[in-house]
Amino acid sequence: MAHLWPWAALTGLGAFHGINPAMGWLFAVALGLQAGNDRAVLRAIPPIGCGHAAAIALAVAIVALARPALDPILLQVLAALCLIGFGIFRLLRGYRHAFRVGMVAGFGDLVLWSFLMATAHGAGLMIAPLVLALPLAVAPVPATHAHATVMAGFGGSLDIGLLAVLVHTAAMLAMTGLLAWAVYAWVGLSVLRRGWINFDVLWSAALIGAGLVLLAVAVSEFPAPDR
Amino acid sequence: MPTWRPDPTFYPSARMAMQAPPEKLAYVAMLNVEPQARPDALGVVDVDPASSSYGKLVGQLDMPNAGDELHHFGWNACSSALCPHTPHPHVERRYLIVPGLRSSRIHVVDTKPDPRKPQIARVIEAEELHHRTGYSRPHTLHCGPEGIYVSALGAPDGGGPGGIFLMNCESFDVLGRWEVDRGPQHLAYDLWWHLGHDTLITSEWGTPNMIEDGVVPELLLAGKYGHQIHFWDLKKRRHSQVLDLGAEQQMVLELRPAHDPTKAYGFVGVVVSLKDLSASIWLWHRDGAAWAIRKVIEIPAEPADPDALPPLLKGFKAVPPLVTDIDLSLDDRFLYVSCWATGEMRQYDVSDPFNPRLAGSVHIGGIVRQAGHPAAQGPLNGGPQMVEISRDGKRVYFTNSLYRSWDEQFYPAGVRSWMVKLDADPAGGIRLDEKFFLEFDPAFRGHQVRLEGGDASSDSYCYP
Repeated sequence: MAHLWPWAALTGLGAFHGINPAMGWLFAVALGLQAGNDRAVLRAIPPIGCGHAAAIALAVAIVALARPALDPILLQVLAALCLIGFGIFRLLRGYRHAFRVGMVAGFGDLVLWSFLMATAHGAGLMIAPLVLALPLAVAPVPATHAHATVMAGFGGSLDIGLLAVLVHTAAMLAMTGLLAWAVYAWVGLSVLRRGWINFDVLWSAALIGAGLVLLAVAVSEFPAPDR
Repeated sequence: MPTWRPDPTFYPSARMAMQAPPEKLAYVAMLNVEPQARPDALGVVDVDPASSSYGKLVGQLDMPNAGDELHHFGWNACSSALCPHTPHPHVERRYLIVPGLRSSRIHVVDTKPDPRKPQIARVIEAEELHHRTGYSRPHTLHCGPEGIYVSALGAPDGGGPGGIFLMNCESFDVLGRWEVDRGPQHLAYDLWWHLGHDTLITSEWGTPNMIEDGVVPELLLAGKYGHQIHFWDLKKRRHSQVLDLGAEQQMVLELRPAHDPTKAYGFVGVVVSLKDLSASIWLWHRDGAAWAIRKVIEIPAEPADPDALPPLLKGFKAVPPLVTDIDLSLDDRFLYVSCWATGEMRQYDVSDPFNPRLAGSVHIGGIVRQAGHPAAQGPLNGGPQMVEISRDGKRVYFTNSLYRSWDEQFYPAGVRSWMVKLDADPAGGIRLDEKFFLEFDPAFRGHQVRLEGGDASSDSYCYP
């Protein structure tokens, strides 16, 4: 049961990412309004999910690859520094947007847009500490069996990593779909005027906070007495 | 600094922006015309009918240098910040970007601490603009997906090509030239877009050398001023199509695309036709995969006694209307058309954009007509020029000066500059507000007007 909390947190962060209008639900609404039908809203959801999943998968893959190769505490410290650094960078950077996808957007455009938005906002980075906390099948590596064990461990991480991506994305998509439908069909866009709080600041705070917690954990585990 | 909630003046759609509270202040570009030039200024006008200083200049920010020729200006950020693909809703609409059309100097003016006492926040010198973009004579600007888009009439040496450059909407750094591929485009003037169709549109006036010493009759009669509009891929920054109105249609200026992003049409004004001195409004619209254009309004020249005409027009024995500005209400229903030389402001109902219907007309100023105002003594000159509509469509403001060297050619006695206001009936029809007549100090001429919180030509919307 102790290992359930990372999954719960992955789900929660999925919903948190989905709430952010910059992650896709608002684009789905806009495409529906532009086309004048709700099918366009529905059509936009799957590619937005694919792009988000790809951004998360990239982060999971980096963690999975780094994990067997690096000392766990060093990895935690590195991840923590990335989180804190990126959070501060996002806070100071201001608005800059490379305009690659316009309002006339097909499936591929939406996948690319969603991937870029998630990556640029640090969605993958935000779940990295959780991936580190997952019980990936990496045992301490005896020198004699190093190669075989690493491969086995990597295989295990793939399964669990994939599951992590799916769980997070499912939660994100559920929230995206729910909000897109609610705003398109019921609430209306006037909600943006007061309701669009500054998610960028919240995200930066989440990144920096997660980084600080991870750093604290790493420091408390160092030096590991008997591992 | 980023805010916690979107700027309250940002609206998802033009429809919602029409519910905005009435503006209480207007900003107006003021060109100094004294022989020993003092700096131009940005004026602040009280437009709150309940105020004791209604219709009066209540603030004035002098520019740091003389000789800028303030002309058009606009906001650092607007409702386009709410667009779903390029969101930046927590940037404030706070700074007015005020270019000097002659000096190429760009002023960033902060309206926040006290909207009645705007302050200079930053000045970008012409050299920096030249260095970063190769352009000069910055003209019209719009807040959009990648920041602030500014059109420029030409190169530092006064030749072409003119084009577009980008500025960051928070730091105001000049980021560089916008175009990746300009195709056949050479002349520049206005820019705007259909955000829902990823299409940018530009129009044509002339290079700085063709306009700065006044209209050149030889160039005009040879049809050398702009007569085309250009369509661009807004995201790839590439030229995609050119529409030629014909060389006799001289000076294709103000672009007014429909505010509703699902609609793919818009209006552009032509100053003068060489055939009969008429002015015209053209409608561009989607035609299959391409764009097409057709004339939907023609305003004829008015016959006149040559003695009443400036030297430039004596031989023609007529006053051309000279449509120099147009503006479209936020509901895409009423198009206002300034006839600068005949002294008439026209209102057209363009509910059916292919068949505009004249819905209202007001006479004021004009080369021959010199129509007056209830609150002013004697005849007035200059004519309706830069026109701005309130977001709710009920109030219309305009000034009467065009461009210094051109003012002198058409109104050789000198333009006595004023700003007036019309009340617009929601069902159609306009009349002068008898309480609103702002006469500028004789040292100044009013040009573009911008309304506090946004107006009908300041914002773009991504939602219908």
